[in-house]
Amino acid sequence: MSAMTGRIAYREHGGWGVGYLALVGLLGALVVAGLGGAYVMETEGHWVSGMSHRIVWGTPHVAAVFLIVAASGALNVASLSSVFGRALYQPLARLSGVLAISLLAGGLAVLVLDLGRPDRLIVAMTFYNFKSIFAWNIFLYTGFFAVAIVYLWMMMENRMNRFSKPAGVFAFLWRLVLTTGTGSIFGFLVARQAYDTAVMAPMFVAMSLAFGHAIFLLVVLAAAAGTGRPLGDEIVRRLKNLLGIFLAATLYFVAVQHLTNLYIAERRGIERFLLADGGVHTWLFWVGHVALGCLVPIALIFSPATAGSRRAAALAAALAVLGGIAQIYVIVIGGQAYPMVLVPGMEVTGSVLDSGIAAYAPSVYEIALGLGGVGIALLMVTFAVKVLPILPETLADAPPEKA
Amino acid sequence: MTALADGGLARASCECTPSGVTRTTMELSRRELMRGAAGAVLTFTIAPGVTLLVGSGLAAAGLTPPPLNIRREDSLAAARPPGTAVSPKTRWGILIDLAKYADVGDAAVTACRNEHGWTGHGRPATDPQWIRNVTVRDPKTGASRVLPVFCQHCENPPCVDVCPTGASFRRADGIVLVDKHTCIGCRYCMMACPFGVRFFVHENVTGQKPHSPRGKGTVESCNLCVHRLDANKSPACVEATNRAKPGTMIFGDLNDPNSEIARAVGQHVVLRLRAELGLDQGVLYKGLTQ
Ligand code: SF4
Ligand code: SF4
Repeated sequence: MSAMTGRIAYREHGGWGVGYLALVGLLGALVVAGLGGAYVMETEGHWVSGMSHRIVWGTPHVAAVFLIVAASGALNVASLSSVFGRALYQPLARLSGVLAISLLAGGLAVLVLDLGRPDRLIVAMTFYNFKSIFAWNIFLYTGFFAVAIVYLWMMMENRMNRFSKPAGVFAFLWRLVLTTGTGSIFGFLVARQAYDTAVMAPMFVAMSLAFGHAIFLLVVLAAAAGTGRPLGDEIVRRLKNLLGIFLAATLYFVAVQHLTNLYIAERRGIERFLLADGGVHTWLFWVGHVALGCLVPIALIFSPATAGSRRAAALAAALAVLGGIAQIYVIVIGGQAYPMVLVPGMEVTGSVLDSGIAAYAPSVYEIALGLGGVGIALLMVTFAVKVLPILPETLADAPPEKA
Repeated sequence: MTALADGGLARASCECTPSGVTRTTMELSRRELMRGAAGAVLTFTIAPGVTLLVGSGLAAAGLTPPPLNIRREDSLAAARPPGTAVSPKTRWGILIDLAKYADVGDAAVTACRNEHGWTGHGRPATDPQWIRNVTVRDPKTGASRVLPVFCQHCENPPCVDVCPTGASFRRADGIVLVDKHTCIGCRYCMMACPFGVRFFVHENVTGQKPHSPRGKGTVESCNLCVHRLDANKSPACVEATNRAKPGTMIFGDLNDPNSEIARAVGQHVVLRLRAELGLDQGVLYKGLTQ
């Protein structure tokens, strides 16, 4: 079955080829592994994980925050199409909506499964402390599902198409608030020098635009190749250039964050830790996030030698994703690893809870749970492409349906 | 929904114990009648909001709300929404004399462990330490002090502000507690507490004390020996350290100008940890910088 929206023809992916089944199998295995990891941590208790009283949020939170933030950015293309009227992106708007919903589902699943008491989800949904930014985020996340699903429906149902612009505007505003809220989970932590800063909110917005967009670009390239649909150079060029801009914006906010902290004398310790002598965190920051995650992709995207290459675009997007994970790791884990100040100006010893840099090595269960979230997200997209008319029949540069 | 009903009701019984009601009544009747009357007016101004929330929580669980004449502190303990300002009559506090504390060794830690039954598994990074001894040293002068660090029972507790479900709550008399029935184990309170005194229960627990319920997957911290206070006894650490060296810790009502602690606070320079954060803790240290 194919559905027509205006001049764009959409079609489900018909085949049950080996490639499709292998992909479903691989992603399904990730999901099973993730559930297994969560099960072990819940039954044994979290001591089997690498987490501790010092590193209270570990790898699952890195994965969850990354996926949730990326979910918001995955909606970029739909927003560009309906909010900013860029017709070029219209054929991809549905996929953008589906990817956003899927990434959010994956991220939330990880977040919930890493709770000490995931069985009390109903408590989280019925008891609210409205002073908690976390409680607000529960609303923002569940609301985003609803908003994105309605928006998707308006895009997919011919009779509702005329409402897709207002729905798109609403979804666009919602996701800005959502990423602001996610950044504020960290920004509001006055106790910790690594976090307590308002720049966390816009930085998370910029990160979401970049990471979500990078994943979207990879999914488009993979979907076009996997389903054998033509994909024009122009759309790839636009998509990757946009990624370059979002990455530059991320870098800008990261620079502002660290420069501000470097100016505040009492924060020089944490900055020295993150930027100079924090071992794995310093490496992940400079090499993982700044170099491989931002500068190299920006170079691949804009330098004349590689600007026309689709491979280079895919590599840039993949690096942006890995660099993004590195950055979230440094924010979440690195920010906790550095000891909190107990008595300003005094050295503290006596307990592993107070002194020194907290050790952390992610356990296999945590990694499995994090990857399980990725599995859930991508499995949802893979199914959606199969059963719903989401992908356009062609993304060739000159739309064949042009009258 | 039964689980919620359990939670709502069990909070009153396990965290505050029925004796808390007695204590509260006693506290109120001890105060002069005029102030009591003013307090009653205040109570009634606040009570509708409070009762409404208690009522709605129970209604959600299919139960009828408690009668309106429920004691204020009781209702607050049962489901006080964090952040609502109540003017408490009592403000429990502890003043620790660090010069004396230097001589008591692990007395406080041992007493707390015995009282509440938290034990380690030989894994320092994940073992609970409701109270721990920390050594701080001035790098310039080399002078050092040992101080006990435990929940500071903040007047403005960030752990309460951030808790999504309201499980982390502040009782009207200034004791900050975790409701084990509504804690979902998100650990945001641990991220928010500046002193690292909240502990996630990382493994199955055995040998619990009935007055100090614990549970894998939830967060716990010093509860100021609320069961002892409600039985008119001072916290275990206070009793143990004073036995080892009299006058090491003074426990009492900071709001009562005639209490020993209030008088001592008025006479000496006392400090709160990280006072710049404005949390206004109930735990005070004397001799931290001398
Ligand atoms: S010391 Fe920490 S756990 Fe205790 S009330 Fe203050 S913020 Fe909460
Ligand atoms: S771990 Fe429990 S007490 Fe702490 S913030 Fe989460 S729900 Fe509240």
